[in-house]
Amino acid sequence: MNPEKPIRILLVDDEEGYVSVLAKRLTRRNFVVKTALSGMEAVRILRDEAFDVAVLDLKMEDMDGLEVLKVFKAMEPEMPVIFLTGQGSETDAREGIELGACDYLVKPCSLPELIDRIAAACGHC
Amino acid sequence: MEDRRYYRSLTRNMAVIMIMVSVTPLILIAGLIGYYFETAYREKVLAHLQELVEKHQQNINSFLDEKLSYIKVLADSYSYEQLSDEAFLENKLVILQNAYSGIFVDIGIVDSAGVQIAYAGNLKLERADYSGADWFHRAQEQDYFISDVFLGLRKTPHFIVSVKKRRGESEWLLRATIDFLAFNSLVENLRIGKTGAALIVNSAGEFQTHPRTEPPPEMFSLLKRTSWARPVPAGESHTAANQAVKIAPVRPEASEADSGPDAAAFRAISSGSLALSGIVDSRDRKLIYILMPLKGGEWTLAYQQDVGDAFSEVNSARTLALTILFSGALGIIFMALFLSRKVVSRIEKADQEKDIMNEQVLEAGKMASVGELAAGIAHEINNPVAIMAEEAGWMEDLLQDLHIENSEDAAEFKRSLKQITVQGERCKEITHKLLSFARRTDPVHRDIQVNDTIEEILGIFDQRSKFNNIRIQSELDPDLPLVSASPTELQQVFINLINNAIDAMGSRGGLLEIRSRLEGDHAIIDIADTGHGIPSTVMARVFEPFFTTKPVGKGTGLGLSICYGIVKKLGGKITVDSAVGLGTTFHISLPVRAANAARTDL
Repeated sequence: MNPEKPIRILLVDDEEGYVSVLAKRLTRRNFVVKTALSGMEAVRILRDEAFDVAVLDLKMEDMDGLEVLKVFKAMEPEMPVIFLTGQGSETDAREGIELGACDYLVKPCSLPELIDRIAAACGHC
Repeated sequence: MEDRRYYRSLTRNMAVIMIMVSVTPLILIAGLIGYYFETAYREKVLAHLQELVEKHQQNINSFLDEKLSYIKVLADSYSYEQLSDEAFLENKLVILQNAYSGIFVDIGIVDSAGVQIAYAGNLKLERADYSGADWFHRAQEQDYFISDVFLGLRKTPHFIVSVKKRRGESEWLLRATIDFLAFNSLVENLRIGKTGAALIVNSAGEFQTHPRTEPPPEMFSLLKRTSWARPVPAGESHTAANQAVKIAPVRPEASEADSGPDAAAFRAISSGSLALSGIVDSRDRKLIYILMPLKGGEWTLAYQQDVGDAFSEVNSARTLALTILFSGALGIIFMALFLSRKVVSRIEKADQEKDIMNEQVLEAGKMASVGELAAGIAHEINNPVAIMAEEAGWMEDLLQDLHIENSEDAAEFKRSLKQITVQGERCKEITHKLLSFARRTDPVHRDIQVNDTIEEILGIFDQRSKFNNIRIQSELDPDLPLVSASPTELQQVFINLINNAIDAMGSRGGLLEIRSRLEGDHAIIDIADTGHGIPSTVMARVFEPFFTTKPVGKGTGLGLSICYGIVKKLGGKITVDSAVGLGTTFHISLPVRAANAARTDL
């Protein structure tokens, strides 16, 4: 991890409590985190800023995670996307990988694991 | 019990309808054809007999007529004086006897006083006196006369044909004796079958022939009762000879009032006269009879034959037809019973299968709704749990900045946070299990690691087994290849078997062992308990649907049958070993995927 060039993360999830605490914990670990509570908001943010990686919830109220992924891929084809998914929707997550997502994680997941995946995504994807 | 009765009545109804539908027309047709055939045949037989009898009647009539004619010719051709000459008479007799051997016995001239003036013949009857004879008186009343058979002076049965002639004031008779035997043979010739015979009686009911078989008394009385109305003699021109030559229509006058059910039928016969036919019922036999007038109604020609003999052919045909009908009906009844039983057993089987299917659908529906509920709850719980875990983590992060590691409270604080994280993990596991249990929407077969499925299921039973003091020991072969199956169905198999095992051990507790291993190209899973075991008497029925030893309302009796069905569908086998008091072991054998098996072999 390069402290001078921290990894920029776009965190998209409609569960505000989850996003906020996760953002705080990641920021504390030298990540630059921008949060979005909906797909639309995420797309708006992505239009103005660039990110190294996006962590995307699969189930959101306004836009389905897969749809958001398609838009992301259209806007920033190079940006890796990691799906965060609830249990029981692993098939959707696998579909997401087929659509170009880099990885997926089952919620709730531990922070170290998430960080590992993020690092891996930035290195490989 | 109710079902048994229902199926039995179904069988009965089907059989009865089948029998009715097929046997009724058979009987109707057989009866109708039989009736018409029998009637027609009887009619034909009767007509045939009548024809025969009529021919004989004509023969006899013409015989009598002929004999009378010769005498008539003789009397007309020669004078009294010529005929009184015995030598002349003898000469004529010889001519007659030559022409008709043995028929004319003798010939004679009788004067009005009844004294035989001339005689030719073997018997010494010259000057015989007939003035007292019955025939003589009757002969004198008519121009031509044929007497009844009588013994007369010669004491042998014979009858007389006579012609009355007039000579001046006085009358004389030319009479001839006809041999009885020659006449008798005419009648005797009429023999048909074993019992058919003819006889002749006069109006007094005395035999004019010697009957072959004695008619029964009923026949006899019938003969006596029957008389033929003679046409009213229209003056002298209507002579006895004329009657004999040409039989005028006569009407039988049998008083039928007392002849009971033996209905007699009058029939017009071809000659224009009438015949009487019917059946007379004797004690030991039934006789068919035909009566016809002879000699202008003075005599009756009677023909009798046993009914059985006369209609022997129709009787044997009837026996044959009845035999065929009976055996046919028997066959139909047998087939109807057999078929209806077979069909009903099919229906019963289908009904049972339908019940099982209904139960399975119901069970599946129940499981599906439980699954949906579980999935919903799991999802709802997931997010709060995730937040809780992250918040705890955040608190841990912050705690590092506070630099209070040394205080006692800080250690306790950390332990408490750790506990939150650990319990969060536990929640996660629970929801995970719930979800994987609930994931029963896909009936498609997938490659499954059986060990994983077993672990999942064991997780579900964790609490329950602890509660029942049951120790669970699993010994799973980590190299077990994948099995192609529907995850939900396989889960159901294990859930059912483990449920049964726990139930069998009850609250006393025990050991539940689950082992998996590879044997050839089959994955073997043993589920063994130390429960009460299965008695050998019910061992054969454990996989039967609706068979249960659990109390009413506790078990559907479907669990094992569903397991059996699923394992069978996967191409596997499920068997059971059990010892009462020691425990039960179920063995499941599932074929591993061919590709997998090959890979493990390499």
